Amino acid sequence: MGNVIEVRGLTKRFGNFTAVDRISFNVKEGEIFGFLGANGAGKTTAIQMLCGISKPSGGTGTVAGFDINKESEKIKRNIGYMSQRFSLYEDLRVWENIRLFGGIYGLSEKVIAEKTDELLERLDFASERNTMVKSLPLGWKQKLAFSVAIFHEPKIVFLDEPTGGVDPAMRRQFWEMIYDAAERGITVFVTTHYMDEAEYCDRVSIMVDGRIDALDTPKELRRTHHAASMEEVFTQLARQAKRVE
Amino acid sequence: MKQFIAFVNKEFRHILRDRRTMLIILGIPVVQILLFGFAINTEVKDLHVALYAPSPNGFTNGITERLHQSEYFTFRAELDDPIKMEESMRKGNLDMMVLFDTESEAVQLIINSSDPNRGSIAATYAMAVIGGYQQELAGITRMPFQIEVENRMIYNPEMKSAYMFVPGIMGLVLMLICTMMTSVSIVREKERGTMEVLLASPLKQGTMVFAKTVPYLALSLVNFTSILLLSYYVLGVPIQGSLGTLTLISVLYIFLSLAFGLLISTLVRNQINAVIISAISVILPGLLLSGMIFPIVNMPQILQWLSHIVPTRWYIDIVRKVMIQGLGWAVIWKETAILIGMSLLLVGSSILNIKSRLE
Amino acid sequence: MIVVENLHKTYSTGLGRKGKKGKDNGNGKGDGDRNSNRNGDVKALNGVTFRVNKGEIHGIIGPDGAGKSTLFRILTSLLLPDEGPSKVTVAGYDVVRDFREIRQIIGYMPGRFSLYQDLTVEENLNFFATLFNTTVKENYHVIKDIYGQIEPFKDRRAGALSGGMKQKLALSCALVHRPTVLFLDEPTTGVDPVSRQEFWEILDRLSEQGITILVSTAYMDEANRCTRISLMQAGRFMATDTPKGITESYDELLWSVEGERMPALLAELRAHPDVKTAFAFGDNHHVTVKERLSVDALREYLTGKGFNEVRVTPIEPTVEDAFMKASMEVLNGNE
Repeated sequence: MGNVIEVRGLTKRFGNFTAVDRISFNVKEGEIFGFLGANGAGKTTAIQMLCGISKPSGGTGTVAGFDINKESEKIKRNIGYMSQRFSLYEDLRVWENIRLFGGIYGLSEKVIAEKTDELLERLDFASERNTMVKSLPLGWKQKLAFSVAIFHEPKIVFLDEPTGGVDPAMRRQFWEMIYDAAERGITVFVTTHYMDEAEYCDRVSIMVDGRIDALDTPKELRRTHHAASMEEVFTQLARQAKRVE
Repeated sequence: MKQFIAFVNKEFRHILRDRRTMLIILGIPVVQILLFGFAINTEVKDLHVALYAPSPNGFTNGITERLHQSEYFTFRAELDDPIKMEESMRKGNLDMMVLFDTESEAVQLIINSSDPNRGSIAATYAMAVIGGYQQELAGITRMPFQIEVENRMIYNPEMKSAYMFVPGIMGLVLMLICTMMTSVSIVREKERGTMEVLLASPLKQGTMVFAKTVPYLALSLVNFTSILLLSYYVLGVPIQGSLGTLTLISVLYIFLSLAFGLLISTLVRNQINAVIISAISVILPGLLLSGMIFPIVNMPQILQWLSHIVPTRWYIDIVRKVMIQGLGWAVIWKETAILIGMSLLLVGSSILNIKSRLE
Repeated sequence: MIVVENLHKTYSTGLGRKGKKGKDNGNGKGDGDRNSNRNGDVKALNGVTFRVNKGEIHGIIGPDGAGKSTLFRILTSLLLPDEGPSKVTVAGYDVVRDFREIRQIIGYMPGRFSLYQDLTVEENLNFFATLFNTTVKENYHVIKDIYGQIEPFKDRRAGALSGGMKQKLALSCALVHRPTVLFLDEPTTGVDPVSRQEFWEILDRLSEQGITILVSTAYMDEANRCTRISLMQAGRFMATDTPKGITESYDELLWSVEGERMPALLAELRAHPDVKTAFAFGDNHHVTVKERLSVDALREYLTGKGFNEVRVTPIEPTVEDAFMKASMEVLNGNE
């Protein structure tokens, strides 16, 4: 299996502040990759570079086979993205959101129509087709947003804290959707502050002060850090952080 | 009182740190004054005129000569027959044709009225010149008696348009800035969630609202001063009446505008709405119904009535009387009373509308 | 310190929003949804009752949309409760009648960062001190612990602070007048585990000083840091007790199942006729089972299905287990 993400020495500097400090890692096709780190460790900046939104100050790499320095437009077309803050238009109906995002990624009307029916059916959402997104409960919104983010069948989908504030049962259903997507060959790159969710990932990286200080399977991380849980691993590493900002 | 001062301080900091907005606020009046003063000129000069006299005689020569003497007309000698003239007029290059009849002593004026103001002024000037010549002729033949008409333009002897628009700009700019900025700054607290924290504190709503108005009152006084200085030194508009009266009335007007801004802020939820509502409710009536550009007496009755509720109309009225005509309280008490009444109404209704909770 | 009896809150949307159809597949789809009736009125709080004693840290545990923020806004006198036979008091003051008094003695940190981004750290703090008729100097001892950490940046604009520092500043501003009751609405949302631990250590110290704290969170693991907790879902309190009391009254047989191929294992567990529920819980699965099933029987069944090295162990429930059970009952009861 090939790598969907390959980066070497990826760096981002703002003035004399190095937000992301020469990180190197690979993400394999179909993998669920957990991207952890404390607030301010540089996760968001790193994701922005991987998604082609922000230009790296240094380093090389490819995402979905495209160069992060030169082909950011192609990257954007071949990835999916979802965050807790912005995902769907609240004042559009469910089907309108799906059609809009399908259209943005250049799918034809016919394909969109077929896939919309299929998607609503799979989510058991058919009765909500005409509902305004803002009147859906958060958990549903997040499930819908995820479906929309992978609607165009990207090679990789970036999920930025997708389950923040979602209730426990719904959080688990969301992860089952992530597994389904991974099963279909979509690589999932996910950040979370729930340490139990870190366990659901195939591999996990932990960022500290702009660097990746640990990268392995959850099991292996627990073993090498002599920890009972991912929470302990995370705490050990994050407490070593030196920078205040 | 400490709360009030702390709040005013905070407001000043918001304004001072938002350089761009502050520059716009202070720049608007300057740009407007200069634009109206130099670029947009409503005075009519340099009227292009062509003459056609197929059989010149003493009569045609007399009129031609006198038209030539007028400083308002520029003659287009190359247009020597009516067809060329018509063509030129159609293109908008000619304002007036003077056509003499070959047989009788008659003269026809054809005036380009695509700009009605310019057209009617051209006609008036030409009629005056021709009328004068007629009187001269009559004088030679000795009429039994003669009426001497002497015109004297007072208050604005040079008919400068600056005299018209300076009060207008003051009326428009002061109100626009006060209303818009006050409403935006209150609504911003709602939008950013800080209102929630303010409400959950012992701060009284009234304190907050009045503290919000102080910095904009100060900014408006700066604007008021810059408008007066520019119009006096750059445009040469004199201040005939009392500067004290003018300032006092302006402070009243600013206060009214602030109150209007408060009222808007109690009715809308986000900054965009606040901006749109303030802009529409100030600019439209301020431009159209205040008498700044279009004389109110020429409006249909219903619009005249409507203009009564536009504060800008009364303010412009007062400013013209005080600034241009040099009149005092005896003449402006009525308008002043109306402005005071409006202010009280606005303050009252916005206080009634202020909520001590989020709903 | 806080008394709430039979509190209801209805938002009138005037929109005649169509009520959600009941889902009978029991997958919790109605979660967090505010119940709406035919008039389009949304019921955000539905008969909430609880008490908080002086010096307690009381946690409101529930997902977004459960009604936590509405509850906080009513207790901080920002919203009016529905008319009716209810009682809502804070420090003995009625939230409707005595709202002026309440606003003198409470500290409130809303869910959203609500400070002035264009003012510096110090200016924000001074402003809020003056608002409450006090000075930073006078109450420095109360905030020293927290403010001390951001004081080196006191000349920085609040908007330029990192998330964790903003949160500390907001807490300092809510504390600067030494409130009797502190209301913290989701203070740890979006905050990493380590910063969250630090935050809870701060709350412990405040509580030692005698400040009563009402705090809401969507993180179930934070429940154990509270004196008492209320589990909230869809505008209702499902249970109020100490964290220990909550888990002790959990009456299901709960086992942990570990092994290889965890997702497939989960599917297999759900297919077992004697398994009531099965959920992933980090590195293991939590299953509730019918009484006739034994640990050995389940392990053998799974081994028979091709899962090697399966470990099945009876475990103590967590607050999250209790929450999921309670919320399933509430949501199914709703429909």
